[in-house]
Amino acid sequence: MNQKTYDVHLEVFEGPLDLLLFLIRKNDMDIYDIPVSQITAEYLDYISVMKELNLDIAGEFLVMAATLMQIKSKTMLPSPAVEEETGPDPREELVQRLLEYQKYKQVAQFLSSHELDEQGVYYKSMPVLSEEDYLLEATIFDLIECFRGVLKELPGDVKEIVYEEIPIEQKIREILDLLEDSARQGRKYISFKDILIREIKRIGAVVSFLAILELIRLKQIVARQSKLFGEIRIYPVTV
Amino acid sequence: MDFLTKQELKKSIEALLFITDKPISLDKFEEIFEGATKEQLMEIIDELKKEYVERDSAIGVREIANGFQFATKSDYSPWVRKLLKDRITLKLSTSALETLAIVAYKQPITRAEIEEIRGVEIVSVLETLLERRLIRIVGRKETVGRPLLYGTTQDFLRYFGLRNLVELPSLEEFTPAEAAETEETESNTEE
Repeated sequence: MNQKTYDVHLEVFEGPLDLLLFLIRKNDMDIYDIPVSQITAEYLDYISVMKELNLDIAGEFLVMAATLMQIKSKTMLPSPAVEEETGPDPREELVQRLLEYQKYKQVAQFLSSHELDEQGVYYKSMPVLSEEDYLLEATIFDLIECFRGVLKELPGDVKEIVYEEIPIEQKIREILDLLEDSARQGRKYISFKDILIREIKRIGAVVSFLAILELIRLKQIVARQSKLFGEIRIYPVTV
Repeated sequence: MDFLTKQELKKSIEALLFITDKPISLDKFEEIFEGATKEQLMEIIDELKKEYVERDSAIGVREIANGFQFATKSDYSPWVRKLLKDRITLKLSTSALETLAIVAYKQPITRAEIEEIRGVEIVSVLETLLERRLIRIVGRKETVGRPLLYGTTQDFLRYFGLRNLVELPSLEEFTPAEAAETEETESNTEE
């Protein structure tokens, strides 16, 4: 017998809210008056079956289980009659979340049907070929190599050293603005070196460099060069 | 438009609609054909559209994603698919669709705000959507941590065959009528 257990990564439900909506529908429950004990029991039942099947249960499912049990204990707590009338329904927040989520599930269905309708319609993709289509993607090593060169070119630190903190977000925005400006002037790219060399201080160059890496990771820009060890150019990813 | 006769202008527009890889907006046409008004341009585009319909062509001018572009009719998709079979992308997953639904209505929106509504973590879904150019980063929210804000793209509109975001049905339309009724009676009893 093979004792190995298998990890199955199956997206059975999109999340705890999805599972709850399913249970509500299945049991024909009123979403505005959910029988908490019943739904908690069923919910936990599903979780344990999923566990048994070795399905990958995301932490969110367990958080929701805790929330349900909390709501359940609140509703079962004997409280003075007066408070019961004025106090908010402990289910209220969950109901609102379910309703909100349900709306977007319906939008998703709407989008899905449009996706299906549009499936057979094709548009032309960019046909213009130029030398630039054959550019190399610059690697992280190319970037670092160029960065090192720039650091050497920068003027030595000024006598008076003022500690300055530059948020990376600020540089990200600056770089995106630069690219936008040059695009408006009809230029498709900015030289990587030019971005760094704008900086007077080392810290500025360092943060700019990090900002570029972040933008590459987020697929907002690409770094390319026309030949090995050639000039590195930063292109905006146009959407 | 002094230097172009109307017929030449029509042909020029046709050439651009053919060659472009993304819908061309009226603004863009106006910018390219200096001197022509939006009304004139719109009239010509409409004429072109009609001509293609009349000749029963397999391609046609489509008003899509805030612009205009040629598209093939879906009747011929089997052949296009055969030609481009290695370039066909997968349909979107349910989680991708749900995430897009939220971004479409709530943009600009942060990742945490989307996760709050969906009740699940969505890091990898967002990456897929960014990669497929269905969403893009539109800025940062001026709150603690300055999280990135996401919005939909022109490709999003085209992918779902929408002319613009206004074409999305209003969210109220998605509130189940039955539930809305219950809500009403509930608030009545409260009063």
